[in-house]
Amino acid sequence: MNERAQHLTTHSLRRLARSLAGALWLGALLSCDGASGAIVLKNVSYDPTRELYTEVNAAFSEHYHAQTGHTVEILQSHGGSGKQARAVLDGLDADIVTLGCAQDIDVLAERGQLLPARWAERLPHRSVPFTSTIVFLVRRGNPKRIHRWSDLARPGVEVIAPNPKTSGGARWVYLAAWGHALRSSHGDEAHARAFVADLYRHVPVLDSGARGSTTTFARNGIGDVLLAWENEALLSSRRRGTRADFEMVVPEDSILAEPPVAVVDTYARRHGTEHAARSYLEFLFTEQGQAIGAKHYFRPTSESVRARHRSLFAELTLFTIDEVAGSWAAAQAKHFDEGGLFDRIYQPGAR
Amino acid sequence: MSGRNRHMPGFRLTLGFTIFYLLTLVLVPLSGLVFKTATLSWARFWEVIASERAIAAYRLSFGASLGAALLNVVFGFLVAWVLARYTFPGRRIVDAIVDLPFALPTAVAGIALTYVYSKHGWIGQYLEPMGIEVAFRPLGVVVALAFVGLPFVVRTVQPVLLDLDPEVEEAAACLGAGRWQTFRRVILPRVVPALVTGFALAFARALGEYGSVVFISGNMPMRTEIAPLLIVGRLEQFDYAGATAIALAMLVVSLKRRAGVDASSHR
Repeated sequence: MNERAQHLTTHSLRRLARSLAGALWLGALLSCDGASGAIVLKNVSYDPTRELYTEVNAAFSEHYHAQTGHTVEILQSHGGSGKQARAVLDGLDADIVTLGCAQDIDVLAERGQLLPARWAERLPHRSVPFTSTIVFLVRRGNPKRIHRWSDLARPGVEVIAPNPKTSGGARWVYLAAWGHALRSSHGDEAHARAFVADLYRHVPVLDSGARGSTTTFARNGIGDVLLAWENEALLSSRRRGTRADFEMVVPEDSILAEPPVAVVDTYARRHGTEHAARSYLEFLFTEQGQAIGAKHYFRPTSESVRARHRSLFAELTLFTIDEVAGSWAAAQAKHFDEGGLFDRIYQPGAR
Repeated sequence: MSGRNRHMPGFRLTLGFTIFYLLTLVLVPLSGLVFKTATLSWARFWEVIASERAIAAYRLSFGASLGAALLNVVFGFLVAWVLARYTFPGRRIVDAIVDLPFALPTAVAGIALTYVYSKHGWIGQYLEPMGIEVAFRPLGVVVALAFVGLPFVVRTVQPVLLDLDPEVEEAAACLGAGRWQTFRRVILPRVVPALVTGFALAFARALGEYGSVVFISGNMPMRTEIAPLLIVGRLEQFDYAGATAIALAMLVVSLKRRAGVDASSHR
């Protein structure tokens, strides 16, 4: 190697070393910054809560800072409830889960051992800060005159609902229809089966999630009625400024959807965020947290806050999943698992 | 092979790296597929992969992928021909448009295609009176898969067309060949291997496509449900073994087809 080449090599080596050192220093600085002040909480949630938790996060950060002097930063993740649960099960290290149904948190407890089996008892109202229900969204003027569940199965009515096999919200929709049919026939299961099968024969498109169904109905103009979350229906029928293209129709009865919240103990302990995570969930049950929920059209579980927002939420008979299906696990096995009642709507011959 | 290339050192190093790379990226994850499926009994495995609904889904997945790939062979060849043979204003833009399906997230493509082809959409509203429904029908699946597969055919055929020497065609003309004869006897034989490769790539890509199809297909069991959706449905039920069983069944069928394509292109 001649002298010049050697000089070049040492020169470039030195430059490489310098830039490596720079990168290390920068990395150290960044990680120090993270450790010095802010606590980071990861909240893994489901689709329709995006706007709700954005506002909750801001309010909670302020609240927590005032109480403890610590700054807390919350990272949000949204998606189909089942998909989110699976991500946590597969290693997404959420400090908090706020999911669409209790079953998705039960899975984390049973299969992943990430939190105790009796997680629901750690917070008020079986860990359900807000409830919601399933209602109808129709086109302006309600041209097909849809008012009751039985109207959905009328000839010529197209119903848009997501696929219960792939979406948690869709399972609430299905169980709302099932529960209505069961209750209106005084518990006649054969009648309920026939009604649900009839209803889903009016569904031309089974989207893989609730957001997809909304797109199909609202953007692509398919169908006469969308079976939707009450909060999403209120949001689309009350959009300020523009004339609403949709109207909400409240059926005679529907299901009381109870999306629960929980701290994922394993990960919160690992991150040392147990206190902040617990406080975050407790904050949801305070007057302030409950009011934010109501503002985003979720029904507050606190009596006093609900009383103040009475005009917002329609009066209707609400039944729980336990009343019409026993429990989530029982509903899953009977209706949604392979060869269950839902599959048999499309394949009458299957087991 | 190594004997012929002795003047280029590094055979062992590069082969070692190749094997390591393929192991970590492809073979180890795929063996997980086999191991997970192996937790099923034979009877259950067969029940999962040969159910009526699964078979309807394979039929749609393979049928629509085949249709889309064939469509792309014809029209992709045409696009490649135009891009390789003619210069016209905006050629670079057209050339860039071909790559869009590579760049666009497929879910975005799916939503856009559904919007355009549903019965109130820009194109769908004119097709509906003619009795042609695209969105939420098997045809919609073909359209989405044709979209994702287009660049594969164009990008494999284009360089071959650019390489063709015009003098060969002139020679053919001088020897008295007609235009059609020149195309069929001189150009086509040179392009066929690239067309077959493009077809195989577009077909394989279409088989695994999920993001765009779930929006446009309507996902109706037995009618417009693709096999990857069945896999996702099983994952939602935490039936990991059932999901990998269907994946494995699809993989085996694709490998068999792949072998068939290889055999026909090496003939």
